[in-house]
Amino acid sequence: MSKIVVVTSGKGGVGKTTTSAAFAAGLAKRGFRTVVVDFDVGLRNLDLIMGCERRVVYDFVNVINGDANLNQALIKDKRLDNLCILPASQTRDKDALTQEGVEKVLDELRESFDYVVCDSPAGIERGAMLAAYYCDEAVVVTNPEVSSVRDSDRMLGLLASKTRRAERGEEPIREHLLLTRYSPQRVDKGEMLSVDDVREILAIELLGVIPESQAVLQASNAGVPVVLEESTDAGQAYDDAVARFLGEEREHRFLVEKRGFLGRLFGG
Amino acid sequence: MASTVGSVEQAAAFELKGRMATLTVLRLLTPDNDTLNRQLEAKVAEAPSMLRGLPVVLELSAVAGASADQLALWLETVRGQGLVPVGISGAGEDVATAARERGIGVFPELFGGERQSPKPGSSRRSAEPEVLPGRVIDQPVRSGQQVYARGGDLVVLASVSPGAEVLADGNIHVYGTLRGRALAGVQGNREARIFCRSLRAELVSIAGQYQLSEHLGGDGAEGPVQVYLEDEALCIVPLEA
Repeated sequence: MSKIVVVTSGKGGVGKTTTSAAFAAGLAKRGFRTVVVDFDVGLRNLDLIMGCERRVVYDFVNVINGDANLNQALIKDKRLDNLCILPASQTRDKDALTQEGVEKVLDELRESFDYVVCDSPAGIERGAMLAAYYCDEAVVVTNPEVSSVRDSDRMLGLLASKTRRAERGEEPIREHLLLTRYSPQRVDKGEMLSVDDVREILAIELLGVIPESQAVLQASNAGVPVVLEESTDAGQAYDDAVARFLGEEREHRFLVEKRGFLGRLFGG
Repeated sequence: MASTVGSVEQAAAFELKGRMATLTVLRLLTPDNDTLNRQLEAKVAEAPSMLRGLPVVLELSAVAGASADQLALWLETVRGQGLVPVGISGAGEDVATAARERGIGVFPELFGGERQSPKPGSSRRSAEPEVLPGRVIDQPVRSGQQVYARGGDLVVLASVSPGAEVLADGNIHVYGTLRGRALAGVQGNREARIFCRSLRAELVSIAGQYQLSEHLGGDGAEGPVQVYLEDEALCIVPLEA
C-alpha cells in the first residue's frame, strides 16, 4: 500500500530538503518506487540537492493548474530508476497550491509509487500545512537546540490536530524524530542539547541521529543525495534511519565523539 | 418618549407614553368553562380584595384550537367573577379577530412556544452531589496547544511542553514534566492546586496568583511537587513520598 511521508520541522534551515532527498533516495535504493515532491513553492531547492535543476520543465503548480500532466512534470533520477522528483515552481508562491489540487496530484502519485515523500517548507502556514495534510507518516527534522525543539513540538501538535487523519478521527499519523546536525563534541561542552534531552521533550520514537558532517555540504553542492555517499558518516546515518523507518532494528551510531588515536591514548 | 397632538395654539389633548406595567396573566389550562368558573370563584373567595377589578390577560396557548364562541364564554366567566379582561394572548387568528371586535386587546406571544409546567421528577436540584467530570489527556500537550478543563480537574498523563498551556477550573495533575504554563482555579477557586512529577514550568497560577519560572528557582524542582495558595502567596512544596 502506498504511503505519503511528510518531512517537516517548523523551523527553517534544519535539513528538511537534505533529509527529503536522502530519504527518498534511500527508499528507492531499497527497491521502492519513490517520488519526492517539493512543496516549497517560490523557494525551489530540492532540484538542486537532487542534481536535476537543469532538467526542470514543468512543475507542481503547472500540474495543479492543468497546464501539464504529471508525467510531463516528473523528473526521473539518473542514478536510481525507481526515483522521481516533482519540482516546485520558483515563480509562484504558496497560494498557488490549493487543497483540492494537492489532493488530486497526491492521489495520482499514490497510484504509481510506493512512497510519496513531501518536502515541506518551513513555518506552520499554508504551504507547510498542505504538505502535511494528507500524510500517513511524518519525519520531524530537529536540530539539537531549544528553538528547533520547540518548533518541532509545535509542529507535532499540529500534525495531531490539523491533518486529514486527525480531522477524520482515523488512526493517528506515525511520527518519527530525526535529529540532524548533531555534534557529540558540542553536546559534551553543553553547547547543544543531547539526544536524551530532545527525546524527553518531544516524546516520540527516534528514527535516527545524523552527525554534523562536511559530507552533507559536499553532497548538496554536488547535487547527490547524501545517502548515496555510502562511505560518509552522514550517508550511513541516513541509511540507518531509512532501515529503521522500514522496520529494521539498527543500533544508533554517531552518538559519541570519534576520538583519534592520541585522544584515546590520553583519555582526555 | 412623549408626542403631543394638535397645533401650537391649541393645548394638547393627550400624550402617548410608553410605560412598563405589570399585568396578571390568567393562563387557561383547560377549555372547560364550568371548571374555570368553579375554580375561579374559589380563588376569588380566597382573596377578593386582590382579585376584584384586577385587569388580566387571558393566555390561551395551552388550550389549542379555541374558537371565537369559547372565547366569548370565557370572557363572560372572567367578568362574572369580577376580574377585568383587558387582552388575550397566544390565540389563533380567528379568536384574535373575535377579541378585537369585542374591544379586547391582542398581545404578542407571552410564552415562547410550548412551555409546560415542570414535570414531576425533573426538578433542577438533585439530591445527589454534583460530580463534574474532569478531563484526562493521555498525549503530550505540545507547544502552542491549550487545554482547558471547564468546571473540573485536568489530568495530563504525559508532559506539558514549553509554550503549551493547561488550564482548569479545578486542580491540575501532570504525570510528566510540567514545562509550559499551568493555571489552576481559573474561575477563582482558591482551593485549587497543581501537582506534577517535575516542575520546570514557565508559569504557574492559582486563582490568578501567578509566579514566573525565574522566581520558581532551580532547586527543589526535581521530583514531584504541589503548588497551592496560602495567604495570597503561592507555595511550592515537594510531595512527600
